[in-house]
Amino acid sequence: MMRALLPMPRVSLMVFVLWAVITNAASLGLLVLGALLAIVIPLLSRDFWPDPPPLLHPWRGLRFLGLFALDIVTANWRVARQIVGPLHRLSPAFVEVPLDLRDPFIATLLGSVVSLTPGTVSIHVDQQRWVLLVHALDAPDPQALIGEIKERYERALKEIFAC
Amino acid sequence: MSTATEFIISALIVLGALFVLLGSVGLARLPDFFMRLHGPTKATTMGVGATLLASAIYFSVQDSEGVSLHELAPLFFLFITAPVTAHLLAKAALHRKSSGRSSGQPAPASEHPPGQH
Amino acid sequence: MLNAAIEIAFVLIAAALALNIYRLLVGPDTTDRILALDTLGINSIALLVLYGISSNSTAYFEVALLLALLGFVGTVALCKYLLRGDISE
Repeated sequence: MMRALLPMPRVSLMVFVLWAVITNAASLGLLVLGALLAIVIPLLSRDFWPDPPPLLHPWRGLRFLGLFALDIVTANWRVARQIVGPLHRLSPAFVEVPLDLRDPFIATLLGSVVSLTPGTVSIHVDQQRWVLLVHALDAPDPQALIGEIKERYERALKEIFAC
Repeated sequence: MSTATEFIISALIVLGALFVLLGSVGLARLPDFFMRLHGPTKATTMGVGATLLASAIYFSVQDSEGVSLHELAPLFFLFITAPVTAHLLAKAALHRKSSGRSSGQPAPASEHPPGQH
Repeated sequence: MLNAAIEIAFVLIAAALALNIYRLLVGPDTTDRILALDTLGINSIALLVLYGISSNSTAYFEVALLLALLGFVGTVALCKYLLRGDISE
């Protein structure tokens, strides 16, 4: 019964919270409507969602989010200085990061995380070779960059999700 | 509104606008498309994020109706879409570079074998 | 203090919009122009939110949200067009 009504509880929760946030959840009626939407929308869009691996450590996930928020701020500071500073000192590079994870959903998540943090934008996830192609604004040492991405983000994501 | 909250809101607004400007400076100044991609995906996203946060605090303090959280929705949305946009743009740029069409017409549909769409 | 901050921010964002328009006009490639358009959209969200604070009205919030949604869909559609010369699957 529960599974038939809520095939994707996490998506349902997200829809409900998003609805509450958008409407500022001023009244009970709005909350009921939100709950209704949280049931109907996942049921209608079920076929379009990929199957995410189970969330093993939600608390570690929260800690990762905190770390990630801090990283966004420091990364922005770095990119801001690079943008204003002398351009000839930058050494942009395409870097291929070999991945240990084998889940398309998590690989996409890692790509997004990489795009928002230290001077890197993810360009392509190769799902045959499991390589993440990344463009770095300033990478004098590509090996160090690869190590940082794998150590800091990929391992954390692998721990949080079972994959 | 107390002076402290006013200071925090003002600081967030100015910092946010500064980052928005920096993102656009990067877009205008950097020499290569892939480098230009960095400015808008990071600096601009955070700049708009800071502005939205300032707005959320402002209306939470201002309104008697209580906390104003609805600014968090576009914030959340921008942080999800920015990497996707960058990713697709980078892919499009690579595609155009590799097919030698960097300033001409988009790829004609007939290049794909039928039935692929 | 808040009013001064908002004035400063308006000037900074206006400058940002001008830079985006510069990139939009200069190009050189179509992808540059799409990126400039996308950034233009995001920057105007910041402008709208600021205007909402300065006029003490929450009415602009919905506009900002719609702009974010439509800007994203538009950019994705344009990229798809460049990638396959066709938008519909």
